[in-house]
Amino acid sequence: MYPKEMQKSIKKVEATREERLKKLPERMNEKERDEVLKKWHPDYKPEAKRKIKIGASKGSIVPHEVADLIEAYPLFEPDEIDLSQIDYDTDILIIGGGGAGTTAALFAYYSGIKPEDILIATKLRHGDANTMMAQGGIQAADKENDSPVIHYLDVIGGGHYANKPELVAQLVMNAPEIIKWHEELGVMYDKKEDGEMITIHGGGTSRKRMHSAKDYTGMEIMRVIRDEARNVGIKVLEFSPAIELIKDDEDKVAGAVLYNLETEQYYVVRAKTTILATGGFGRLHIQGFPTTNHYGATFDGAVIAYRAGAKLRDMDSVQYHPTGVAYPEQIVGLLVTEKVRGLGGQPVNADGEQFVHPLEPRDVEAASFIRECYGRNKGVVTPTGMRGVWLDSPLIEMIHGEGTIEKRLGAMFRMFKRFDIDMRYEPILVFPTLHYQNGGVEINENAQVLSKNGVIKGLFAAGEVEGGVHGKNRLMGNSLLDTQVFGKIAGINAGKYAKKAKKSKKLNLKHVESYINELEKAKIKEERKAPLLLPDYREKNVLSRAIDIL
Amino acid sequence: MARKDKKEEKLKMKMVRIYIMGKEYKVPEGLTIMKAMEYAGYRYIRGAGCRAGFCGACATVYRKEGEYKLNADLACQTTVEDGMYLVQLPFTPANKATYDVNKIKADDKTLVNFYPEIARCVSCNTCTKACPQELEVMDYIQSALRGDMKKTAELSFDCIQCGLCAMRCPAEIAHYHVAQLARRLYGKYLMPKAEHLEKRVNEIKRKRFDEEIGKMMKRNIEELRKMYNARDIEPEEEEEPKREGD
Ligand SMILES: Cc1cc2nc3c(=O)[nH]c(=O)nc-3n(C[C@H](O)[C@H](O)[C@H](O)COP(=O)(O)OP(=O)(O)OC[C@H]3O[C@@H](n4cnc5c(N)ncnc54)[C@H](O)[C@@H]3O)c2cc1C
Ligand code: SF4
Ligand code: SF4
Ligand code: FES
Repeated sequence: MYPKEMQKSIKKVEATREERLKKLPERMNEKERDEVLKKWHPDYKPEAKRKIKIGASKGSIVPHEVADLIEAYPLFEPDEIDLSQIDYDTDILIIGGGGAGTTAALFAYYSGIKPEDILIATKLRHGDANTMMAQGGIQAADKENDSPVIHYLDVIGGGHYANKPELVAQLVMNAPEIIKWHEELGVMYDKKEDGEMITIHGGGTSRKRMHSAKDYTGMEIMRVIRDEARNVGIKVLEFSPAIELIKDDEDKVAGAVLYNLETEQYYVVRAKTTILATGGFGRLHIQGFPTTNHYGATFDGAVIAYRAGAKLRDMDSVQYHPTGVAYPEQIVGLLVTEKVRGLGGQPVNADGEQFVHPLEPRDVEAASFIRECYGRNKGVVTPTGMRGVWLDSPLIEMIHGEGTIEKRLGAMFRMFKRFDIDMRYEPILVFPTLHYQNGGVEINENAQVLSKNGVIKGLFAAGEVEGGVHGKNRLMGNSLLDTQVFGKIAGINAGKYAKKAKKSKKLNLKHVESYINELEKAKIKEERKAPLLLPDYREKNVLSRAIDIL
Repeated sequence: MARKDKKEEKLKMKMVRIYIMGKEYKVPEGLTIMKAMEYAGYRYIRGAGCRAGFCGACATVYRKEGEYKLNADLACQTTVEDGMYLVQLPFTPANKATYDVNKIKADDKTLVNFYPEIARCVSCNTCTKACPQELEVMDYIQSALRGDMKKTAELSFDCIQCGLCAMRCPAEIAHYHVAQLARRLYGKYLMPKAEHLEKRVNEIKRKRFDEEIGKMMKRNIEELRKMYNARDIEPEEEEEPKREGD
C-alpha cells in the first residue's frame, strides 16, 4: 500500500498509461549520452575518488571508500599472534564460501586432494553470498549460431577493451564445460521438452546465451554445489573470516589468520596453498548508495591480499544497477531485475511522463534516473525522504497478457507482495543501487595472484574479488560464469601446486609489519582499521551510549 | 546524493513496541524485523545473510500479543508490528543424507530410502503454513513419498532452505534436504540432456576454436572496436523479452 502522497502521483501515471503504451522515447545519441553520464553518473565524479598512497598499486584512482580500507591499519598488532601454535593444518585453504570458493574446493577434490585436506573458511554460513542472490542467469556459448569467439568479442567490447585477453579467453572457452558440469550435478536449468537450453539475450550480448533457472539462477547453482561439497566431505568453518594472510620464509603465502566471530578468538591456519574467494564490496555503500549485495560483501579479501603485495586493477569503475528498490523502506536498494524493463516496464517520473528509453545501457539509464530526481526535481519523494522514479510494471501484462508477472518474475512479485504492493496493478518505485565490483585483485590465466614482481607464490583468486576479466564493465551473466570458471581453474591449479609443495616451516607476518611501516611513512593516521568484516547498521543513539566492559 | 534528505528524515516517526526474546524495545514502525533489531542495538553475526529473501539465514518465529498463533517468517522480509514477541532461529539441526549422485538411481524408492522419516508424515499441513515462500510443502513431501520426482522438484524449486518447516514438523522431517535430493535427481536423470551442449564441449576439446581465439587475443583495440561495432546481433523473436538482465 502506497501512502496518499504517492498515490496522487500514481494517478498521473495511470492517466498517461494508454498513451505511453503506443510510444517509447527516442534513444539518446552519443552526445546526449555523454552529457548525462558526465553530469549525473556517480562514476564520473572526480571528487568521489582519490589516488591510493601506498602499496603495489600506489597512484591508482579508486573510490574514497575503497582507499579508506586500503589506507587502514590491521585489526591486530602482528606480535599479538602466536604463529607457532597451528590450529588447522591443511593442503588448501579457501577463503570465502560462495560460488567461486565452493567450486574451487570441488575441483581441488576432483584433482586428487583429499577432502579432509581442503578447508573452506567463510564469514557467514556456507552459501550466504552474492552468488545465492543472482537472479538473471549465466552466459555460455553453446548454441549452433554462437561460439566462444563471438562471446569473446561481446565481453571485451562490453568491458571497453580494458579486459585482460588471456582471462577473457579462459572465461569463454571454459563456459560450455561448466554448464555441462552443472547439468551432470543436477542443476535444473530451464530447458525445452527435447532438452535444448532456453537461452535469451542479456544487456550487450549478440547471441542469446543467457541460461537460467527461473529467476533463482544463482540460488539453484549455489545450493547444488554446496550439496555436492557436503556430500564429498569438504570441511567448512563458518563465521570464521580471514583477517590476514600468513607468509613463510620464502615469501610464499602459507595460510591465514582467522577470527571466530562468536568467541572472538583467532585461529592460525597453515596451508600449502590459499585461494581467495571473498566476493565483492557492495556493503561499502560507495557514495552513500544502497546496495543489492549480501551482508558480508565488504572487500576483505582484496584488503588482506593487497597487504601481501597483490596489485589491484580497474577499481576506478563501479557498477550501479539502475533499478534498485526505492520504496518501501524495508527493502530499499534490493535488486529489481532488468527483466522488468525487458518485458515492457517503463521508467516514468512523478508527473507520469516518460523521460528515458527503458533500455539504454545500464550507466546511461542510471544517470538519467538520477538527473530526473535531482536535476529536474521530477522524482517521487517517499515518506522517509528517499527519491525515486516509477517503473510502470502494469504495462507488462497489458503487453504480454495476464499471468506473465507471476510466471516470469516470481521472485520480484513475491518480494513486493510481502509489503502489500501488487506490481501487476501498481507501478514500483526505483533508484540506482550499488551492484558489482568490476575490478579487483589482478590474476593471470592460471588464477594466480600477481604482485609488481610477478606471481605471488601460493596464492590464487577467483570470482568477484579478482579483476581483469570484465575490464571496466561486467556484462550480466558473466559474473556467475567468472566464479565457476576461475573457481575451477584455481581449484585445479592449487591442487597441482599443493601436491608438489612442502609444508612451510616458519610462518611470519612480516608483510603486515612492513605495510604498517609504509602507512606510517605516508603519515596515515591510525584512525581506521581493516578488513571491515561486517557493516554496522546500529542506531547512532545506541552506539553513542555503548561502553565496552564485558 | 542517494542519502536521505536530512530535513525529511527528521519527520516524526511513529514507534511500535517489539519484544526481542521477551525484552521490550521501541522501534519506528515500518521497519523489517531485521532493521528493527539493528535499530534496537543488535549487530548481527548470525541471522543475516542476503538481507533480500534469498538465503534463509534470518528465519524468525513470533507471536503477537493476545494471539495464540505462532507465526514463522523471514526477518529481512517481514515488517514489525506492535506487540510482536520474536526470536530468530538462525540454525536448524537437521540431518542431510550423503550420497554420490553418480551412483544412485532416480527410482520411486530413492527418496524414501534416504529419508525414511517422510513416511511418518501425518498430513497436518503445519509445514506449509510455516513456509515463508508460501510453497506447498506438505504436497511435496507427499509426492516424495510416492516417488514422484518431478512434482517434488517443481513444487520445491523456490525453497530457500530456511529450515522453518523442519522446526515445526511433528514427524521430524527435514523437508528441504529431501527436496534438494529430489531436484538433483530430477535435474540429472529425468530432465532431457542438452545435445547442443555436449556437442560444443566436444568441439572445444578438439580445439576447434583455439586458433580463432588466439587471433582475437592478439588484436589491438582499434581492430576489436571495428569488429564489435560491426557484429551482427541475433534478432529477438516476438513473444520474448528484449533483454533480460540481473
Ligand atoms: C542481487 C544480485 C543479483 C545478481 N545477478 C547476477 C546474474 O543474474 N548473473 C550474474 O552472472 N551475476 C549476477 N550477480 C553477480 C554475481 O552473483 C556475483 O558476482 C558472484 O556470485 C560472486 O561470487 P563469489 O563467489 O565471487 O562471491 P560471493 O558469492 O559473494 O561469495 C563470497 C563469500 O566470501 C565470504 N567472505 C567475505 N569476506 C570474507 C573473509 N574475510 N573471510 C572469509 N570469507 C569471507 C562472503 O561472506 C561470501 O560468503 C548478481 C549479484 C547480486 C548481488
Ligand atoms: S520449504 Fe521449508 S526450508 Fe524451504 S523455504 Fe519453505 S519453510 Fe523454508
Ligand atoms: S508438518 Fe510434517 S507431518 Fe505435518 S504435513 Fe508437514 S511434513 Fe507432514
Ligand atoms: S537474510 Fe537471507 S533470507 Fe533473510
